[in-house]
Amino acid sequence: MKYVDEFRDARAAERYAKLLKALVKRPWTVMEVCGGQTHAIVRFGIDRMIPERLSLVHGPGCPVCVTPLELIDRAIAISRRPEVVFCSFGDMLRVPGSGWSLSQARAQGADVRVVYSPLDAVELARQLPQRQVVFFAVGFETTAPMAAMAAHQAKALGLKNFSLLVAHVLVPPAMEAILSSPRNKVQGFLAAGHVCTVAGFEDYGPLAQKYKVPIVVTGFEPLDILQGLAMLVRQLEAGRCEVQNQYARSARAAGNRTAIALVQEVFEPCRRPWRGIGPIESSGLRLTKTYTELDAERRFDVGDIAAVEAKDCLAGEVLQGLRKPHECPAFGTLCTPQNPLGAPMVSSEGACAAYHKYHRQQTRA
Amino acid sequence: MTDFKLSCPVPAAPQKTVTLGHGSGGLLMKKLIRDIFLAAFPDPALHDEHDGAILEPCQDKLAFATDSFVIRPIFFPGGDIGSLAVHGTANDLAMCGAQPLYLSCGFILEEGLDLEELEKAARSMARAADEIGLRIVTGDTKVVERGKGDKIYINTAGVGRVITENPILPSRVRPGDAVLLSGDVGAHGAAILSVREGLRFETQLVSDAAHLWPQVRALLESESEIHCLRDLTRGGLAAALNEIAEKSGCAVAVEEELIAIMPEVEGACEMFGLDPLSLACEGRFIAFVANGYQEKALAALKGAGCAAAIIGKVLESPAGEVRLKTHLGVERILDAPSGEALPRIC
Repeated sequence: MKYVDEFRDARAAERYAKLLKALVKRPWTVMEVCGGQTHAIVRFGIDRMIPERLSLVHGPGCPVCVTPLELIDRAIAISRRPEVVFCSFGDMLRVPGSGWSLSQARAQGADVRVVYSPLDAVELARQLPQRQVVFFAVGFETTAPMAAMAAHQAKALGLKNFSLLVAHVLVPPAMEAILSSPRNKVQGFLAAGHVCTVAGFEDYGPLAQKYKVPIVVTGFEPLDILQGLAMLVRQLEAGRCEVQNQYARSARAAGNRTAIALVQEVFEPCRRPWRGIGPIESSGLRLTKTYTELDAERRFDVGDIAAVEAKDCLAGEVLQGLRKPHECPAFGTLCTPQNPLGAPMVSSEGACAAYHKYHRQQTRA
Repeated sequence: MTDFKLSCPVPAAPQKTVTLGHGSGGLLMKKLIRDIFLAAFPDPALHDEHDGAILEPCQDKLAFATDSFVIRPIFFPGGDIGSLAVHGTANDLAMCGAQPLYLSCGFILEEGLDLEELEKAARSMARAADEIGLRIVTGDTKVVERGKGDKIYINTAGVGRVITENPILPSRVRPGDAVLLSGDVGAHGAAILSVREGLRFETQLVSDAAHLWPQVRALLESESEIHCLRDLTRGGLAAALNEIAEKSGCAVAVEEELIAIMPEVEGACEMFGLDPLSLACEGRFIAFVANGYQEKALAALKGAGCAAAIIGKVLESPAGEVRLKTHLGVERILDAPSGEALPRIC
């Protein structure tokens, strides 16, 4: 496929693998932030092409994985109200809450629908004036502009039957939370190219300086990742800690200004708990005052929700790069894609799901 | 008085949709059967309007298969539920090395279904059966209340005549067997996705839905030693390879480079975060061919008009595992999909 095959060329990949072998002199631990990168790494076998001394740990960049359990339980409670049509991205459906997942709620009669764009949910609200359409706004900086556009349109159309259950999170605060942890092992980042395409990467300079870590904005194809790794290792070996952009064909330092302006009109930063990690200051988005009427949490009182995590799940450790999926005792035994304990085992961007799907018996640490 | 019109206060509404009365066993049902099913299906056994069909004796072994069809939307680019219901069961028979002969069809209709749609699906079924010389000899219709079904459900069961001496079974797969794939994968799944509510996208893609008997017959008549055949349906190539690996207790190794995928299918998969190797097909199959016969088998399939390819081979171990050599030359597991394929977030 044009514009994809070029970035999956086997010979070029081999050249990068050789280059990395020559560049890596000391052991390094680097984190790819985005779950999409994690999946590309294990799907194409990049982790098996690179020197053993270059260890890749997988980051928190899986939106459904970090959505707090309490919010998933709330989503399920809202979805079960008879007047509600609950719209969600497909990836969220199988994620286990304390009891059910949205997919199980659907099986029990809740009207849960998969949409690809939040604007489809707005359209649904227009078509079903007698029902309450709720959109589960999940994701990072990449999906926030779409949710903002949906809120903007719903307000412009004067729709009284559309609301958002907002679970948006932001990447840089999570990177900082990882770096500031006393247990941190991460020495450099492959930052998420798509997130930077939308939000830019001006926030990353201070982060790189403060924690002395190089950050390379990186794409998602095999050659992107290999090139990103080479740029990162060059910096690490030379003791540099700069922000570099491997994904220059898409990402610009200032990001997409139109999208950023729209997000700022509809949302404002807030403290948000991350599933498995805990609360992080200014790491989430909530609706601004002008848009609070569209807040599903206000519109539907589903009471207090006490969420309980599965005790055998080490998702939080995996999401912070402290452990690899197969190092969890529950991996592949108590926890499988059919019977998941935590979200990373079901999401198409979850690290546990990637290891289970592509490696299963992987032992190389 | 210019506005005055003569009208009947209780107009006799023409029956344009299926009603519960169509399943009542009464006159309305009889009319539905005559107007739609008997009009579409010409077989004399059906026109006897008896409780079952009486079939001619057959000296060969028989294969018997059944399948149920539930699809949304019922009409999609490259096919519809009617043709699918014929191809699906006929293909299952073909995978047993059997020439499809007879088919039964059971319809479960949802109240409110447009009769024109039903007629269109029935005619498509008849056409599909006619193309392979398959006789639709018996049938049944039920109607369920609105909301209790999804327009049309069809079950078909088929009987076929086995034309091979040796059985074609997963347990006959041996280390050393070559794995042949009859064409490109994922087009059906991607085409359905492109017209599904909420995901609609513009594409020229059409489903690969087709009957496989002519291709299978060419293969079986090529005097190649065929150990097993499996059509790729839900779960696609990944599911089929895993089923055979598990059942045969062997390992299967395939190469990504050798598996054909149309650019449009790849594009849709990139967009939605889906794996083309796990997307449904409705007109593709894999064949496990004894070592030494693969070129002959490949030539036979190509002669029957398919873009077939040898994609890998069977190994002794690790038992039950499917391994894929990626485009980058690295090996990894090719797992069976775990559930419903759901598009990713970003």
